[in-house]
Amino acid sequence: MIRLTLKHQPSVPLEAEVLSPSALAELSHDEICSLRLYHGKRQVRVDDLFEVEGERSDEVEIHGDLHRVRWLGREMSHGQLTIHGSVGMHLGAYMKGGRIDVHGSAGDWIGGEMKNGFIHVHGHGGGQIGGGYRGSLRGMKNGTIIVDGTAGLEVGLRMRRGTIVIGGMVKDFCGLQMKGGTIVLLEGAEIRTGAWMNRGTIISMQPLQLLPTFQLSCYYNPTFLNVYARYLQTLGINVPHTAQDGSWARYCGDCSVPGKGEILVWQPHTLTA
Amino acid sequence: MLRITGGKIYDPANGINGEVRDLFIQDGQFVASAQGGRTIDATGMIVFPGGVDVHTHVAGGAINFARAMTPEDHRRTQAFIRSQSRRSGLGGMAPTTFATGYLYAGMGFTTVNEAAVPVLSARHTHEELCDIPIVDKSSLVLMANNELVLDQLEAGEYERAKNIMAWYIWAAKSYGVKAVNPGGVTAWKWGKDAKQLTDSIEGYSKLTPGNIVTSLARMCDELKLPHPVHLHCNNLGAPGNISTTMDTLKHLEGHRAHIAHSQYHAYGGDDWDTMQSNTAELADYFNTHDNLTTDAGAVLFGDTVTITADGPWQHLLYKLTGRKWGNLDVENETGCGIVPYTYRPSNLVNAVQWAAGLELLLLIEDPWQVFLSTDHPNGGCFWRYPEILELLMCADHRKECLKQLPDAIKGRIKLPEIDREYTLYEVATAMCAGPARALGLTKKGNLGVGCDADVVIYEEDDSVVRMFSHPRYVIKAGEVVIEDGDIRETPDGREFLVKPAYDPNTDDFIQPLFEDCYTMSFENYPVELERLERTEIQDCGVSE
Repeated sequence: MIRLTLKHQPSVPLEAEVLSPSALAELSHDEICSLRLYHGKRQVRVDDLFEVEGERSDEVEIHGDLHRVRWLGREMSHGQLTIHGSVGMHLGAYMKGGRIDVHGSAGDWIGGEMKNGFIHVHGHGGGQIGGGYRGSLRGMKNGTIIVDGTAGLEVGLRMRRGTIVIGGMVKDFCGLQMKGGTIVLLEGAEIRTGAWMNRGTIISMQPLQLLPTFQLSCYYNPTFLNVYARYLQTLGINVPHTAQDGSWARYCGDCSVPGKGEILVWQPHTLTA
Repeated sequence: MLRITGGKIYDPANGINGEVRDLFIQDGQFVASAQGGRTIDATGMIVFPGGVDVHTHVAGGAINFARAMTPEDHRRTQAFIRSQSRRSGLGGMAPTTFATGYLYAGMGFTTVNEAAVPVLSARHTHEELCDIPIVDKSSLVLMANNELVLDQLEAGEYERAKNIMAWYIWAAKSYGVKAVNPGGVTAWKWGKDAKQLTDSIEGYSKLTPGNIVTSLARMCDELKLPHPVHLHCNNLGAPGNISTTMDTLKHLEGHRAHIAHSQYHAYGGDDWDTMQSNTAELADYFNTHDNLTTDAGAVLFGDTVTITADGPWQHLLYKLTGRKWGNLDVENETGCGIVPYTYRPSNLVNAVQWAAGLELLLLIEDPWQVFLSTDHPNGGCFWRYPEILELLMCADHRKECLKQLPDAIKGRIKLPEIDREYTLYEVATAMCAGPARALGLTKKGNLGVGCDADVVIYEEDDSVVRMFSHPRYVIKAGEVVIEDGDIRETPDGREFLVKPAYDPNTDDFIQPLFEDCYTMSFENYPVELERLERTEIQDCGVSE
């Protein structure tokens, strides 16, 4: 295992895309220490800012308050990155595989344009989770992102496929211009959920204030959700699905695009009866 | 003082085809002999004149808008890191100004012609051209939808329209006249287009695209501009547009003209499902009419961004792709549309376009008439030109590439039946000497005594792409700018302008019309000559 401990706070954002398990997997201790990071516009060595222990492993642990450290796990293809502390923007951006666990919160753009892999943030997340960067046609192509706490604006911006689960409240424009994939909202979202969505599914366990361009199509218990809920259960997420508990209100939209997306809002039996 | 010895010289302007000769350079020009100074031993190497791009979009409002619209490309593309001799910049679909110069020179091009400048953006365009290092530049001003000119043509005031056009050319400090979708862009401001030469133009009663085409060609000839009218025909990109194109060529009889990116104007069929290449008909016309030149506007598969003054076409393209769309309205002069695009071999329409560009380059027999271009960045980025050269020079490679096209392509294209392979001499004609002559730049694309000493030295290589992508030496105005794959010097290039004669009362005539409809004041409108650096005014009436 490789263990990195932040020695002191960077004074300006630190661009640390080299700190990814697949990039470190074949490197000796000295090679890791001498890797270059951009501290603002200046180059520094990894060991200027981090204590480095271990070598040649695709299991990496990073400790410290990393809220100014960006691009951790960028483009990683395998291995395990565990972060104890909060982390800055672009965590796991462009990631292709492997797993990231954050015991703390993470900034904006978690899993930006990721292709595959698994990210679990135990604290809160920022905005644009799994989103497509400015100008890009699409965001995450596959993979799973779980945030236990709240999340910011534009979660799942232009996502193409994959799963995002947010445990806490989500801010405006969740699923903006979504092109596919699934977003699960355990605590609901603020306003304009699903704006411009083309395809894909937003599942909310709480009532949502929807745009007028979404139309109620039916109340039902879709079969796919039984299967999906069982998959989510393996990740420790409970989504009710049996007809005796309630049913789903299905809204289609966004008609202003026009889109073929859907928003499913849980209706416990006490409400629909 | 510089001598280049022992190289095989390809200089079509002087009929020299691979002969071993020595070149002598002094004060930026070729001389008959010279003593002392540096000698480059080019034994076994191939010597070309510097490349000339007759039709490209590298500066001004439209390409800048395209840069702003494609940040996703900037993240993935080649970055130029600042060094002692170089500024930072980005390559990609729409390279930044300084990078444009490095990339062109790195590929052996030393002169480029920016093919579409609205007068209103001319000041901006010249600022950007000034920041494109190494290469020499010229620019063409957009005229075929200019409302002041069209109003005069509508009123039958031909001479006055000609004076106004000449005034505009000098006001924009440009080198010639570009016509884009004559009448169609004006009609676009009413939500319409002008697809046939006999169509009436929205907002006018008598004027037709045919009138505009013929009038502009005649004006360019009468003003004795070194470059004839540079025409982007009506009905670009549409299936069956070959009839419009042929009709346009007939309207040009008796005049000189350069037809831009003719690949986009050579389609048969009735709709997207039946679209096919009708390049043979177009090529036959060129083969029997030497008043015309053209550039291919070839397409290469991959990502690019399309930019053109042809607003209505870009709206259609946006509707087809569902991707991003930018639209600009340039007051009374023209419009502009921008749509990022990906050409795919699996897409039948794109496959036809890819084949059609190559067919024109191969079916038009005289390389003095058809030039290498992709209409950068519309058909592909200019730094991919060597890929086109490989397709032209190697029939086997072409056959290999044809295999990736869908089966339904059979019967829609001529390319599989063409065996012609370009020789180095023909490449030197279509890439260097021909476009220079069409532009009327008599000192370019020519290794003769007295001409500008722009030379490219290639190491012979089995791979055409490698050879033309990485010249061993590039010499611009006698200075070695590229050596062993590295940029050594980044001198500033010149800008070519023309000053056609016009009636001195034209200012007084235009001013009230101008103040009536423009949002800027008349005095601020023309680009002052003092604002430009390193200009060279070419005489009108010198070239053939």
